[in-house]
Amino acid sequence: MPRYIGMRLLQGIFTVWFIATATFWVMHSIPGDPLESEKAMSPEIRANLEAKYGLDKNEFIQYWIFLGNMVRGDFGWSFEHENRRVNDIIAEQFPVSATLGILAIVFAGLGGVLWGALTALYRNKWPDVLIIILVILGISVPSFVFATVGQLGIVTLNKIAGIDVPVAGWGTVWHMLIPALVLGLGTMAFLTRLMRTSMLEIVNADYIRTARSKGVPIAQIFSRHQLRNAILPVLTVLGPSIAGITTGGFVVENVFGIPGLGKYFVTAVQQSDYGVIMGTTVFYGAFLVLMVIIVDLLYAVVDPRVRLNK
Amino acid sequence: MTDTLHTSKPPLTASPGWQLTKFAFYALLLCVALLLLLGFLTEKFNVGATSTSAVNFEKNTITLSLTSEPPQMDSTRATDMVSGMLLGHIMEGLIRYGPDNEILPGVAESWDMGELAGTFYLRKDAFWSNGTPVTAHDFVFSWQTALNPATASQYAFVLYPIKNGKAINIGEAELDSFGAKAVDDYTLSIELEQPTPYFIKLLAFFTYLPINKEFYESREGNYGTNAEDMIYNGPFHMTRWVHDKDVRLEKNEYYWNNSETRLDAIEFGYITPDPNTALNLFATGKIVLAGLNAENIERALTEGWRIETHSDGSVFYLGFNHREERPTSNLNLRKAIQQVCDPEELVYKVLKTPGNIPGKSIFPVWLRGVNGFFRDEYPGPDHKRNVASAQEYLQKALDELGLDEPPSLVFLTGDSAFSAKHAEYYQSMLKEKLGIEIKIDKQIFKQRLAKMTSGEYDIVAAGWGPDYDDVLTFGDLFTSWNANNRGLYHNEELDRQVEIAQQSSDPKTRMDAMDRVQHILYEDAAIIFEYERGSVYVFDDRVKGVTRRSVGTDPDYTRAYIEEEVDS
Repeated sequence: MPRYIGMRLLQGIFTVWFIATATFWVMHSIPGDPLESEKAMSPEIRANLEAKYGLDKNEFIQYWIFLGNMVRGDFGWSFEHENRRVNDIIAEQFPVSATLGILAIVFAGLGGVLWGALTALYRNKWPDVLIIILVILGISVPSFVFATVGQLGIVTLNKIAGIDVPVAGWGTVWHMLIPALVLGLGTMAFLTRLMRTSMLEIVNADYIRTARSKGVPIAQIFSRHQLRNAILPVLTVLGPSIAGITTGGFVVENVFGIPGLGKYFVTAVQQSDYGVIMGTTVFYGAFLVLMVIIVDLLYAVVDPRVRLNK
Repeated sequence: MTDTLHTSKPPLTASPGWQLTKFAFYALLLCVALLLLLGFLTEKFNVGATSTSAVNFEKNTITLSLTSEPPQMDSTRATDMVSGMLLGHIMEGLIRYGPDNEILPGVAESWDMGELAGTFYLRKDAFWSNGTPVTAHDFVFSWQTALNPATASQYAFVLYPIKNGKAINIGEAELDSFGAKAVDDYTLSIELEQPTPYFIKLLAFFTYLPINKEFYESREGNYGTNAEDMIYNGPFHMTRWVHDKDVRLEKNEYYWNNSETRLDAIEFGYITPDPNTALNLFATGKIVLAGLNAENIERALTEGWRIETHSDGSVFYLGFNHREERPTSNLNLRKAIQQVCDPEELVYKVLKTPGNIPGKSIFPVWLRGVNGFFRDEYPGPDHKRNVASAQEYLQKALDELGLDEPPSLVFLTGDSAFSAKHAEYYQSMLKEKLGIEIKIDKQIFKQRLAKMTSGEYDIVAAGWGPDYDDVLTFGDLFTSWNANNRGLYHNEELDRQVEIAQQSSDPKTRMDAMDRVQHILYEDAAIIFEYERGSVYVFDDRVKGVTRRSVGTDPDYTRAYIEEEVDS
């Protein structure tokens, strides 16, 4: 087991290095000049800015310096938020994205399993049909639509019920609920479908038939054999989904005015903010790799057939 | 139930459905517990929760939203509107603008300004928010910092009218050769490079704000990063700045004129670029002001909210690429395009956002002329769409260019939905009227600028916002020496007229020269005037005394107050 974890971590480090290297070169080769600004700059001022950010050096040297700093966990300065270190930006904004992401993934995971099980249980009856229609909607409608509709919903609800649920901002439970639901919706729909398929496959499995023939009560078959086994594929995709959700918060963060990292992740590319692009990409890359490893380990806990040290 | 093998119904509590209900209940419990935990942690680690109402009578506070997080609040390096607006509330320069854009004394109590030099007498009751006096040294230090090549300030050029400002900035002169000097703590003498009639007005611009040297240096490069990394000398001081979340300004008791500050606090409680979010915040009574766009104005109209318009100061135009290798360097081709353009059609039938004014000149209507408004005194060129004349110009152009059919042109524009709509209008209009094919090139902002600089376009959708309150902020845009003249337009007479306006101190001479400029730009079809941008917004009318400006701190809440609640 420790050897397995060690191996996975080594692979993970290699992956992160690869992500960082690829991003670095792609970033430097796409059009877009990080120092370009609305007011034209004199060559002298430009030269000063280039020196400040180390852009006056050869790109290979820049890459080498970047790698050295990355190993030390330092991503340098933001180009856009001139006084802020990328590390500070990540440290201040990521907890917000993470909070939202955790909530969304819990909503999505639990909801997906429950709805999926429900559809399988009532296969081809009206609850199944209804939920599957909703699932298709959930997968195909982009999140900004849900975000906008969700927000309008709050406005209307506030007016009708005379309550005061905040439409945007951050700070209390009430600021989190709707954005987290909206953020998790797509994943929830996807997991529901996965859970349904998985449940239906298992109904016909040999061990279920064996259990039945032995006279095990169906409720017990359902909860102990069917559910538990059907959850496995859901768990597998949960790892990448966690990363997807925490990084995919751009739209939700913008619409609900939430001070998360997702915004930086996207706008940095538009602004050619080299520091923030590298910082957020490497950070999220490492985060994704770590989540996948954790889920693989969890897999072993849930499924006794998986032996990690093999 | 669904099971095919078991036909007899099991008791309800033992059915899979019941099991599932049970799990659902646990899942719900888990979610609620998690929500409460995360909510608790967020509240615990955040400095205060977002404020709850647009107008708070008891606390004498109003709440607003920002469209973006200020990149940083160091006035020597600020460039954006949000930073500029906040700096206008928390800092004060030598002068400030009053409610009617009149010049009021700021830190300077009085001044003698000659043609090439001036002396400013600072008030002795101006203090920083840490209690130290605001002195002439603070101004000299701030300006020198902005000009210091090491700072690499993008707005350093605003200080170029001061003697040796430019030379210092490009590394050709030492800092101590600077034309602004502190004679003593309360006397500031300024020498100018050349006569600059609008110099006094420049002093309200944020690059001219003071910074306390001792404090600046004590922050070791962090000045302006957080609320505690600054000291303030304006009507308000910043007491909280949670990045990307909120900014809180409170009345500054150290401000010399604090009796005129009537609000106790201004809460910028939300930071969101989404106009629909701002409108929803307004609808739920969370913020005082929300900007509208063409999409959500309908909703504001149906709700019957008070809608106001305001000229945001900027002017939009189509810029041509005047580089020789481009077809648009041909005057007749440009004239042909100019003759089929119709700003009124664009503003009223295509853009349709209230508040926009059809463009007639590079000088917007709010600029001051000799006595009144510039455009009242010098209305600008008369333009009417004339397709017949356009076709004549086009034929001449084709002969000169040696072409059989109209050239296809690259139209460089932004990546927003608005830019697309705007470009597509020209695409179909020019095709229909002149048979000119337009290739639309949509680019993100920085890439568009890069392409403008390198000249990879024929026509570009461009705009310009004012930096200071004088005709020259627009007038010198197309001079051969201006680096923002990215289309490389060159006209010697225009250059000469701009030089006249820069050097003369006689208003009439200056404005006559600027009138020539607007006509030259039209006659030469150097650019095509499109529209002056207006902003439309909804506003909570319980708040009074807010000033909207086309140039300078906008909106300006420094004199705002909440009207007493009337019991009815």
